[in-house]
Amino acid sequence: MSTIKDMTDTHNWSGQKLVTADHLLFDAPREKHFMTGSEVLKEAVKRCTVDASVSYPITPQSEAAHLIGELWAEGYVGTYFRGENEFGVMSEVAGCAMAGARTITTTSGPGTLRAMENFAQWSGTRIACQLILMARGINSPLTIQPDNLEVSYLLETGCMVWYAENVQELFDMSIAAFVVAEQPDVHVPIITAVDGFFVSHTRESVMLPADDIALKPYNPYAAPLPPIDSETPPGRFLRDPFVMKSNYISYATHASWQWEVRSAVERSRRYAEHYLKGLVHITGDEDAEVAFVTCGTASHQAKEGQRELAKLGVKSKVIKLRTIRPFPKQELIAALEGVKYAFVPEFNIVGWLEKEVRGALYGVSKTEVVGGPRVAGGMSLPAEAIIQEVMEKINPGKGA
Amino acid sequence: MANQGPAYYSPYPTAVYEGVVTPPEGKALLLEEVVDEEIAMREIARVMLTSENATIFPGPQVLYGYSEEAKKKATLIKEMAEVLNAKMIPMYDYRPKYPKIDAEVEINPNHPNLTIWHNNIKAAIFIGVHCHYANVALKMVRSETDCWTVGMCALSGHEDAMATVRDQHAEDVAKFIEIAREVKSELKL
Repeated sequence: MSTIKDMTDTHNWSGQKLVTADHLLFDAPREKHFMTGSEVLKEAVKRCTVDASVSYPITPQSEAAHLIGELWAEGYVGTYFRGENEFGVMSEVAGCAMAGARTITTTSGPGTLRAMENFAQWSGTRIACQLILMARGINSPLTIQPDNLEVSYLLETGCMVWYAENVQELFDMSIAAFVVAEQPDVHVPIITAVDGFFVSHTRESVMLPADDIALKPYNPYAAPLPPIDSETPPGRFLRDPFVMKSNYISYATHASWQWEVRSAVERSRRYAEHYLKGLVHITGDEDAEVAFVTCGTASHQAKEGQRELAKLGVKSKVIKLRTIRPFPKQELIAALEGVKYAFVPEFNIVGWLEKEVRGALYGVSKTEVVGGPRVAGGMSLPAEAIIQEVMEKINPGKGA
Repeated sequence: MANQGPAYYSPYPTAVYEGVVTPPEGKALLLEEVVDEEIAMREIARVMLTSENATIFPGPQVLYGYSEEAKKKATLIKEMAEVLNAKMIPMYDYRPKYPKIDAEVEINPNHPNLTIWHNNIKAAIFIGVHCHYANVALKMVRSETDCWTVGMCALSGHEDAMATVRDQHAEDVAKFIEIAREVKSELKL
């Protein structure tokens, strides 16, 4: 089996040629494939010179975790092992990343909550690991259906949160995620979310570059905190906790530290702008008075709604948010210029995206926010429901 | 300033939330403005040369001889201190000092204001400090003191400093020393 010692200046341990992120994401020729989200994640990880991956089975991400394991067996991933449970997995991810490894893991729904304490710990230690969240909802009662309620729990962890709409976006985003997260002035964990089943288990056309090229390896010494490295003097003693007792000093440090973590997330904007080609993507009629503010699969459904509304003579547009943390507030305000109604279709019962949108627009936009339509617990969100919601609002009492 | 904006009740202002971020490659940051590196270096030299008790705070990355680059930088920083007529107070590790820091001889990122207060430092350069700890410290210094701070950074820079230059390797530190010599001569110091 190949090892890290096989790495050269031009090739990684599995013999892939090392290329820039721009080449991998934008310039390298691509070929069409037909894959599920789980399969395409394997292809992304294969091209990322990943040092470590920790896994634990939970629907619907189990297959993705299993396929990353195959990459380890094939010599593409440095180390791969199973944790005792999700809390253990996320703790082990922290250990790998703090030791200087480019690290990825995957989870879903209840696993996310079981591991919860770790996500804030991750950002507090400024590790640049990646979590692929294949959203499934939360056990209230037990569910294995598509629903993205768990994303709302992750919003204030200090991690970046990006949201992919489909298989293609999952591929590109999960590569870009490492690149942005590892910028020295960012260097916080990144959670790349997709809607489980809709993306993880659905086969779609996807354009992929050749698999003989890969990202350059992660350099843990170009980081805002030193990696744990007993051989390098500054690394030996620098990660002791500062809260050794409660006094004004530890409160002050904690306050400043938390602002620094959030500042790091904000600094990611300009890099995300480049590697994602914008924090929001807009489709539809530019001068529409009806807009849909969406993320993930709801974007796809809203686009179908937008096309059907056009047939009814109603102009609309879809403003797809690709990053949730940082939240693209200015981009959203600009995109809603002249829009009367902003609908926020979602796959969860609480309307966490609606709350985000309302918070961003409060006092600075005249657009009326309409929270919905919303489905939850595994229900689908047909274009008809979206059209009905819009028509009842703009044409009250008359429907579509 | 500290009780306005998103930070609000937090005791610390945060430049990023005031719209100031690290400078792009090849540029520097002087207060809120992105400027050419040389312009920033000249102003840093001027402030250090004309402020009371100007001090350099070298961090672990230049205090331990773990690489040739670290050794070169350490030698240059001693030269920089001579040219700037500055004192040096090390930040040799990042653990908070209990029960009490010796503020006369060291600085710590968890309570950097104590050292600045104690020594009445009006201008300071942070160099060789890991970015996270520099940023944590700079927010506190900005809020708690009137010290004019400089982030001389080997990576992306520090927007919470009054001035920051980025990608500073040994040859860049040498360039700064030359600029500082010129400024010193112009100021007839």
